[in-house]
Amino acid sequence: MVPEPALPDPPLLQAMRRRWMGLLARADAATIAARLAEAPALPPHIRLRGPETGLVMTRGRQGGDGAPFNLGEMTVTRCSVRLEDGTVGHAYVAGRDARQAELAAVLDAALQDPDRRPALLAAVIEPLAAAEAARTAREAAKAAATRVEFFTMATMR
Amino acid sequence: MTPLDSMPLTPGFADPVADAQSCFRALLEAMARPGRVQRLAALPEAPAPLSPAAAAALLTMADAETPVWTDAGPAAEAWLRFHAGCPLVARPGEAAFLLASGPMPPLAALAAGTEEEPHRSATLVLQVAALEEEEAWRLSGPGIENSHPLRVEGLPDSFLPDWAANATRFPRGVDLVLCAGPRLVALPRTTRIEEAG
Repeated sequence: MVPEPALPDPPLLQAMRRRWMGLLARADAATIAARLAEAPALPPHIRLRGPETGLVMTRGRQGGDGAPFNLGEMTVTRCSVRLEDGTVGHAYVAGRDARQAELAAVLDAALQDPDRRPALLAAVIEPLAAAEAARTAREAAKAAATRVEFFTMATMR
Repeated sequence: MTPLDSMPLTPGFADPVADAQSCFRALLEAMARPGRVQRLAALPEAPAPLSPAAAAALLTMADAETPVWTDAGPAAEAWLRFHAGCPLVARPGEAAFLLASGPMPPLAALAAGTEEEPHRSATLVLQVAALEEEEAWRLSGPGIENSHPLRVEGLPDSFLPDWAANATRFPRGVDLVLCAGPRLVALPRTTRIEEAG
């Protein structure tokens, strides 16, 4: 198929999609719903799968490059939905909040539509990103206050 | 964006756990009583050309550890991959489950297990035109007290010789699930078929 010129190229769309899926997965249902109140109404959807809760084995590597090992299982809720135009949206969120998973999946599907994207990005995704950045900065500032400067201590002696 | 957009995905079982269990029970019953027609209560919304019973059987049996072969086209393949999570293979001989909606793949070409591990054989889910418990074939074998009538429409002429050849490999061999609409019949490798006079 010939790609429509209005679409961003796939790697860019992929990066954008990764960002909004991550932000939606880290937000909670109440926050997403509050943001949606200011956004244009979401399109109707049908559920393809879920929302359903299960366990996912998380794996890690020691030092980032060692042999992979199983770290432990974590509770994950997933949901996949389809809009009327056939766009499929997916969500995998930590925990057992089915409403969050479904909202995130519908938003993922709606955000893939270039016509709906700007309004939804502005109303939902950017506020979530700003809130997350503020939270990270606040935590970093709190941690920074208790930081011990080993180098400074050595020179003070 | 992708070719899949023109063939939208449809949902699987409405209640994945309970529906798969009731379908599993029906398959078990069908295998235990060859030739008896089972009607599935819970059916998924399967893309064409999958029949509801064949789609339900595959959703129930196939998972990430069972290679599946199908001739039903990209929409059905995408649907199976999404809902069952099964790997799809190109060669019928490598598959644990096969779903044939068109011409029947030759039974001799499918995995028949080994003498030590006959359960490592393939199960062929075959869509047929009609299934009736009427006197056209007489089935006998384990699970049938005397004989059981069955009429199947839409099988190739070579089916009966192929099926007889499948039986000669016992304990190796292929099991068959015939599906039409919401109904299915199982023919395990031990079932003998005679044409009713």
